[in-house]
Amino acid sequence: MTTTTPTEGQLTTVKRRSFVAETWDSLRHSVAGMIGLILIISHLLLAITSPYILPQDPLEMNAQSRNEAPSAEHIFGTDELGRDVFSRSMLGGRVTLVVTIVAIGLAVLWGGLVGILLGFIGGRADEIIMRIVDAILSIPWLLLLLLVIAILGTNMLVQTLTFAFTYGILTIRVARAATHDYVTGEFVLAARARGESRRTIVTRELLPNVRDVLFVDGAMNWSWMLLAFTSLSFLGFGVQPPDPDWGRMIAESRDVLAIQPWAVFGPVIMLSTLIIGINLFADAFAKALGLDRSQGAPV
Amino acid sequence: MIVLVGRRVVLAILTLFLISLIVFLGVEALPGDAATAYLGQSATPESLDALRQEFGLYAPIQERYLTWLGGILQGDLGTSMVRRNPVTEVIGNQLRNTVVLAAAAALVGIPLAIVLGVVAGLTRDKWPDIFVSTSSIVGMTLPGFVTATILIFIFAIRLEWFPAITMVPTDASVAELLPNIVLPIITLTFIMVAHILRLVRTNMIDVMTSDYVQMARLKGVPSRRIVFKHALPNAMLPTINVVALTLAWLIGGIAVIETVFNYPGIGKLMVNSINDRDFPTVMAIAIVLAIVYITFNLIADLLTLVLNPRLRSARGH
Amino acid sequence: MSQSLVDISDLTIGYYTQKGTLVHVLRNVSLKIEAGETLGLVGESGCGKSTLGQAMMGYLRSGSQLLGGSVRFSDLDMFGLTPRQLEEIRGKQIALIPQNAGEALTPTLRIGNQIVEAIELHTDIPKGKAKERMLALLGQVRLPQPEVLAERYPHELSGGQQQRVVVAMALAAEPEMLVLDEPTTGLDVTTQAHVLDLLRDIVAEMGTAMMYISHDMGVIARVSDRVGLMYAGEIVEDAPATEMFRSPAHPYARGLLESIPRLSMSGVAKSMPGHPPIPGTLPGCSFAPRCPFATDICNTEPPILNPIPDRQHLVSCHHWEEVLVTNFDEKLNESFQTVEHTIGDEPAIELSDVEISYYRPGVIDRLRNIPHPPTTVSDVTLTVRRGETLALVGESGSGKTTIVRTIAGLLPAKGGHIKFGDFDLRVGVDDRPTQISKQIQLIFQNPDASLNPRHTVAEIIDQPLKLYFPKMNRDERRERQVELLNRVRLSDKYRLRYPAQLSGGEKQRVAIARAFAADPRVVLCDEVTSALDVSVQAAVLDLLADLQKERNTTYIFITHDLAVVRAFADRVAVLYQGRLCELGTVDEIYQPPYHPYTETLMGAVLEPDPDMEPVLLASDTPELAPPSQGCPFQRRCPRIIGDICVEEAPPWQSPPGEMDHKIRCHLPMDELLNVQEATSSK
Repeated sequence: MTTTTPTEGQLTTVKRRSFVAETWDSLRHSVAGMIGLILIISHLLLAITSPYILPQDPLEMNAQSRNEAPSAEHIFGTDELGRDVFSRSMLGGRVTLVVTIVAIGLAVLWGGLVGILLGFIGGRADEIIMRIVDAILSIPWLLLLLLVIAILGTNMLVQTLTFAFTYGILTIRVARAATHDYVTGEFVLAARARGESRRTIVTRELLPNVRDVLFVDGAMNWSWMLLAFTSLSFLGFGVQPPDPDWGRMIAESRDVLAIQPWAVFGPVIMLSTLIIGINLFADAFAKALGLDRSQGAPV
Repeated sequence: MIVLVGRRVVLAILTLFLISLIVFLGVEALPGDAATAYLGQSATPESLDALRQEFGLYAPIQERYLTWLGGILQGDLGTSMVRRNPVTEVIGNQLRNTVVLAAAAALVGIPLAIVLGVVAGLTRDKWPDIFVSTSSIVGMTLPGFVTATILIFIFAIRLEWFPAITMVPTDASVAELLPNIVLPIITLTFIMVAHILRLVRTNMIDVMTSDYVQMARLKGVPSRRIVFKHALPNAMLPTINVVALTLAWLIGGIAVIETVFNYPGIGKLMVNSINDRDFPTVMAIAIVLAIVYITFNLIADLLTLVLNPRLRSARGH
Repeated sequence: MSQSLVDISDLTIGYYTQKGTLVHVLRNVSLKIEAGETLGLVGESGCGKSTLGQAMMGYLRSGSQLLGGSVRFSDLDMFGLTPRQLEEIRGKQIALIPQNAGEALTPTLRIGNQIVEAIELHTDIPKGKAKERMLALLGQVRLPQPEVLAERYPHELSGGQQQRVVVAMALAAEPEMLVLDEPTTGLDVTTQAHVLDLLRDIVAEMGTAMMYISHDMGVIARVSDRVGLMYAGEIVEDAPATEMFRSPAHPYARGLLESIPRLSMSGVAKSMPGHPPIPGTLPGCSFAPRCPFATDICNTEPPILNPIPDRQHLVSCHHWEEVLVTNFDEKLNESFQTVEHTIGDEPAIELSDVEISYYRPGVIDRLRNIPHPPTTVSDVTLTVRRGETLALVGESGSGKTTIVRTIAGLLPAKGGHIKFGDFDLRVGVDDRPTQISKQIQLIFQNPDASLNPRHTVAEIIDQPLKLYFPKMNRDERRERQVELLNRVRLSDKYRLRYPAQLSGGEKQRVAIARAFAADPRVVLCDEVTSALDVSVQAAVLDLLADLQKERNTTYIFITHDLAVVRAFADRVAVLYQGRLCELGTVDEIYQPPYHPYTETLMGAVLEPDPDMEPVLLASDTPELAPPSQGCPFQRRCPRIIGDICVEEAPPWQSPPGEMDHKIRCHLPMDELLNVQEATSSK
């Protein structure tokens, strides 16, 4: 009997707590979650401020100082075109961050909405759309992304929309499953029996409950999306030269790994800290919301 | 039972048809057509016309879809624009190479993941669990090309144990292939283990705190027997589908790793074909990979059906 | 006195919360159980009785710690044993029968193998003979066709069958002691009566000692030699069963017994105010804040469990002598209060020939031309009058929830009419005007599920206000929320709380407030008190009765508990498999003549009285679907006449002089009047 249901005698200081305040309260107690949050915020701050504070011009080439080892002037050394690896590493996440953040926002929005509606309406429409969703998801993710890029080009707006579309489809499944958990629940039945409109049921009864699941799923998908986006860049389909980008930097500097490993390690460190930060945060976030995020599809 | 199996098979076939339609329509959405895409904007009208004639691009859309689909059903995946020979031939060896790589990784990875996951689940929040869980986060979150690059740096450049990249022809025999693929296998295994073990761990924790495990304890069942007879079979059931998903995911992600190691597999072919804008080959690869994906899922579904008594005897309800 | 089989002394168990504060679960619990004795351990939810049961087997829930005291079983210190030694004892000398057998059986192992496992671990029976022994055990717990059942998986059995399997498993090594943790909770009354009967027989035959844990005083009265009463992690009274039920010495025992509705008493029982505290948070007696006998000493000095001179009766109260001088029987009779309300002549809702079906043939079914199964609910005709409480009674699967959900518009009726004034309610809620939906409100069984966890109490009550009274502005609605909360006896401080911050009874009050926010004419109550503790149940029933009196509300009240029906209803409809069996006023229903099904139900009711014996009439074989023709009860009826029951739908009959009392049975009226003595002997 370890339940901690409050009893009538304890009407002390219960105030209405907002969603954010409550989540923050439980998040604060997680060391891993705070480390994750600090990593994410540092990356965001860096992405915003780096153009103004960097010691070296990331685009300036110098034929005299190619593949230099780390020095006081070049903290991570230089790459094969003599560019400063440190500056490029600091800047290499800007496009990635913008694209993935916008894309994940859009994905959660449209995928969540469609998923909740499908879960709520059910029936034939649901069955047919879920078939199509399954079909799209059975095309390997990289192929799907490459196909769209091959067709529409490597324009960043197109890529953002592509990612938003693909990950939105994943979100549909999650949102629909979460809605299914609630749609037969008694509080939804109670609302239906009252004669509430469908709109009210979706927005007032279902959304507040599915919301948590969507947030956690979004945080998790963000890290998958980062993986996918940098993989594309690595393969040469992502951010185009001369803008620095982690994935492409790693690809370009791989050949000189033996001579100037820092040209690879710089972007690797930056990318890893961001992704690990997101994951630590997502784990703690899920726990704070009382959800367990271990069953994500690895896409 | 037969009805259930039949249902899954029919759904799988339906999904495949849908995929063929999506892939076909996707390529149709191309500005211009496959010929302009391949030859580029600067191509002469004559060369475009010749290519269109050769690949039957003048036929109406529904006719081209049906021809293409009919071909697939007969085992003909079309003709590569780059090589001008049947895609089936182009893909054949590459697919085999990928299968060798993936199978080796799965053979090592799946049992390892299950063992580690069970150990972590049983020692929840103690040091074996903390160690395994933390490494799994690293394995799961680092992109494949980063892991691969780090491994190359350590094992190929510093220690010089293995070659950094594969240097064998596409049609090399499996024996020739093997020494070259140790690093790719390690990379793949690392990623795969990380994913599967996290799930096994969670399932194991769930099951170990279930009423029936508590009951088994209070029935005086020895711990080892509780783990193997009462807990493990139940923890494994939901894992089967995820193993299938992970395998299928590997096939998608394998392209990156094959590119890193310059390994002549289907993933690398896929990247090259897209670079070359060789759409008949891209479409063929999409279909082949989708078939693999759906087959894995189907097998997992059927396996779960066989192993889970609750699903097997869906009597009445 | 010789050495006891179980000797628990000063046992204290607790756990640390995430913030590091210590929470007690058990405090200084001392208890003895002799060989062959049955101790009933009773208390409300959260009092620590399950923890005590597990501690008896040397088991602590993960996170819990032993803070003091000891458990000795057969002179072994259960918390001092090695895991190997515990494995030896558990299942062999002391075995557990858990609450939810369905979840306590490993889903991937066949029933037979799970029992064989217990046999092989704990007996010397050679491997080849284990299966034989397993089949014998299944037979011993009165399961039909042991060979077939042994091959089944747990989920393929009904709840009652699963419970019997667990009993068989516990008996495998013929232990000296059984710990039973709410083993019949969640089962239908007839199944419960059968399982209890079985346990009593086995214990009598094998001389096994039992610790029977339950929240249900009726069950405890039926099985126990001695009763231990728990409150807030402590034993407050420990007495022979007869004394506990006839002359309880602790004020809590009195309050609890007074709050239980009884078959023989009409009117709502007295409720106990307040809630138990978290164990160990009060300096004095934990019960003091709720106790009518409490004085200053109770708030400062914790009482000690001491024997009453010259009796085998222990009580932990400063004022037990005062408690004992008041005559409990008299008090009991006084505690039932009928809330008078007027019943109008005009009908509120009229059901005629209502038919409801869940069956929706799929494409494949239609192609295979599978015949439609009999409808879930069929041929239901009854009228509910304004201001009346109609109880729908029956076991699980009787269709009572289906009928109520149809009236609420959640399911469409397949046939018949449901007249509500000029409107026919056979259509779903989407096709009803708001003014009709407003008149009919539904309250669910489980307030945990029926209140949106993400809404505050204010938002929950606000929803019907917004929907049905669009003209109200925010301030008016807020005023109304406070008014409604006060009406359900909650202070307005509750407005900003979330459901998770409320106790079970409080949640149900919020649900009631939400229903009454619509100012409805008809309120449908679906097992509204089943998830609540008895003392809370009495308060909720009292509240509902009050509201009815005040607003002339009509209730359709679903329950499986016949004593609650007796307390609360004006008229009763007995349902079996979605078909009406009997219809009449409460007084008519609770006296012969009975429909054979009503008689079975009445016989199975357990009253909090150790001298009452249930009468087991029909078997408890579960039925999944009603028969396609004839009487719905034909397959289980103990008084079946013959082919006529199978072939022909029985006629409605009325006993002489009771025109509104209708029984649907082929048996002639004078035979129906002739019922077994025991049922009506009270």
